Amino acid sequence: MSEHIVSPKIYILIFAALMILTITTVYAATVDLNAHFAGLNVIVALLIATCKAVLVILFFMHAYYSSKRTKLIVFAGFFWLAIMLSLTLGDYGSRSWDVH
Amino acid sequence: MSTTPPKPPGYQLPEEHYLNATYGIRSWLLTTDHKRIALLYLASVTFFFFIGGIFATMIRIHLLTPAGYLVTPETYNKLFTMHGVAMIFFFLIPSIPAVLGNFLIPLMIGAKDVAFPKLNLLSWYIYITGGCFVLYSFATGGLDTGWTFYTPLSSVYSNSAVTPAVIGIFINGFSSILTGLNFVVTIHTMRAPGMTWFRLPLFVWAQYSTSIIFILGTPVIAITLLLAGLERMFHLGFFNPALGGDPILFQHLFWFYSHPAVYIMILPAMGVISEIIPTFARKPIFGYTFIAASSIAIAVIGFFVWAHHMFLTGESTYAALAFSLLSYLVAIPSAVKVFNWTSTLYKGSISYDTPMLYALGFIGLFLIGGLTGLFLACLGLDIHIHDTYFVVAHFHYIMVGGAVMGYVGGLHFWWPKITGKLYPEFLARLAAVILFVGFNLTFFPQFILGYLGMPRRYHNYPPEFQVLNVMSTAGASILALGYLLPMIYLTWSMRYGKVAGRNPWPATGLEWTTASPPLTENFDVTPVVDWEPYDYKNRPDLGLQTPTAPTLAPAHGDD
Repeated sequence: MSEHIVSPKIYILIFAALMILTITTVYAATVDLNAHFAGLNVIVALLIATCKAVLVILFFMHAYYSSKRTKLIVFAGFFWLAIMLSLTLGDYGSRSWDVH
Repeated sequence: MSTTPPKPPGYQLPEEHYLNATYGIRSWLLTTDHKRIALLYLASVTFFFFIGGIFATMIRIHLLTPAGYLVTPETYNKLFTMHGVAMIFFFLIPSIPAVLGNFLIPLMIGAKDVAFPKLNLLSWYIYITGGCFVLYSFATGGLDTGWTFYTPLSSVYSNSAVTPAVIGIFINGFSSILTGLNFVVTIHTMRAPGMTWFRLPLFVWAQYSTSIIFILGTPVIAITLLLAGLERMFHLGFFNPALGGDPILFQHLFWFYSHPAVYIMILPAMGVISEIIPTFARKPIFGYTFIAASSIAIAVIGFFVWAHHMFLTGESTYAALAFSLLSYLVAIPSAVKVFNWTSTLYKGSISYDTPMLYALGFIGLFLIGGLTGLFLACLGLDIHIHDTYFVVAHFHYIMVGGAVMGYVGGLHFWWPKITGKLYPEFLARLAAVILFVGFNLTFFPQFILGYLGMPRRYHNYPPEFQVLNVMSTAGASILALGYLLPMIYLTWSMRYGKVAGRNPWPATGLEWTTASPPLTENFDVTPVVDWEPYDYKNRPDLGLQTPTAPTLAPAHGDD
């Protein structure tokens, strides 16, 4: 199977986007978002980090240009991570519930 | 006694095969032949089986008396820990995938090798490197945390050699990941013409499912143990409450891999049994599609059940309830397999050759191990038997009664292919029976001990438990004999065994159509598969249509 050639322009654009998002992360950390909504600082930081990860996976790791099978494998990795996080957080979240 | 191995008429070893293609230690240590790498793994996992076996022997001798005179309590903690670490991470997990999987998958799908032969060799070197770290840990004071490495014991309080062991297991994880990756790519991309997904042997389906767990689960245990090691070495707060961490988080992360790791051990053994049963029942396997799908189902559902190990360690009641219900789900695909194997036996033309004895033993022992797992998945009952010998008996019925019986049965089944020689059938059958009896005598009393309340991991016990403990130790000595016998006669057969021929049983898989031992390239020409799996009706080449046809070698060496 032939490799998809990605133009340097795309790499530079993605790199620039990553830099902007990094600066945004730093800036967001200096603003007290928690005053508006408890935990908002962490949520914003995680959202920006997720965007950066998606860009890296899609373009730097070529998932965007890959076959459906490769995309399925990438999805499976995140799905399994979601299983781990959601069920673990299910434990933490329900510890304070009353048991009758 | 003659040193020339007798040869049945018409059968000779091929002049050149993978064992004699090249000579010298260098040709083995730098080989990229999947079959040779399988043998490297065979020697390595056998070594660790011995190490773990020595620790087990010492544990059982110590427990002969209620006061336990053999070792100190501290040493006893180390013995059961090192037994678990050696057996689980360095024997059970790599045994069937790395030995039988490596040897058989390319042969079964009609390929010349695995997709990444150099990565395959690298995985063995990584395994050996990880093993060296763990052996260093054993030799420099040992390890006393239990194989589960629960924090904060492992990360703060233990005075034993935790750090090298954790590093060793972390390194070893990459070996599993590379093996899994290799198998997935091989199965996807290197199947011979005509070898469609639903013509794959069920052993390959089982290995594929196992590989998914390898790839998706192993990184989690690797990083978790690394975090525990970092907490221990640099006092970073991950799991230690005094540093802002949470010990229950370690348990979640540990069991997220380590429960599916049970399926890493048992799924390949189920694959072995799915090959043996139709061969010695001489009929197509019942419910091929369901058995294949149940392997995938076990691999997937196995990731949803981990916290049933934590019912009593502080998880929320609601989470425990959910995990209890989810744990019952795994019983469904497991039962699908057992029902299909027994249905295959129904009206089959059964012969009780050695591999079949192991397969039948597997079904019985796995059934007991699996059903007692349901006891433990039950929230109310688990409170009574948690951390007792009931648990020890349950997981040994799965891991030894299931996984090891499958492994030893598989070794016997494919030994003629691996070496080109037959082993002495009477001795082999005797060993299978000894192993079965020894196993049950060792571990069945432990169910009763646990139900009566004897906790696991204690170096002493009340005198009323002595009879059952003596029975267990007596069984362990019989079990040891059951393991030693195959090691002796299989080694013997490599030189003195009768020549096996291509397909001594006969079996239907593609691996039996090539020479025994196979060529380095596996096949003279790329095979084309135009038959369905386990089809005994339309395979005149197997020689079963005419019972008098003298085209087959005897199925075993003593005939």
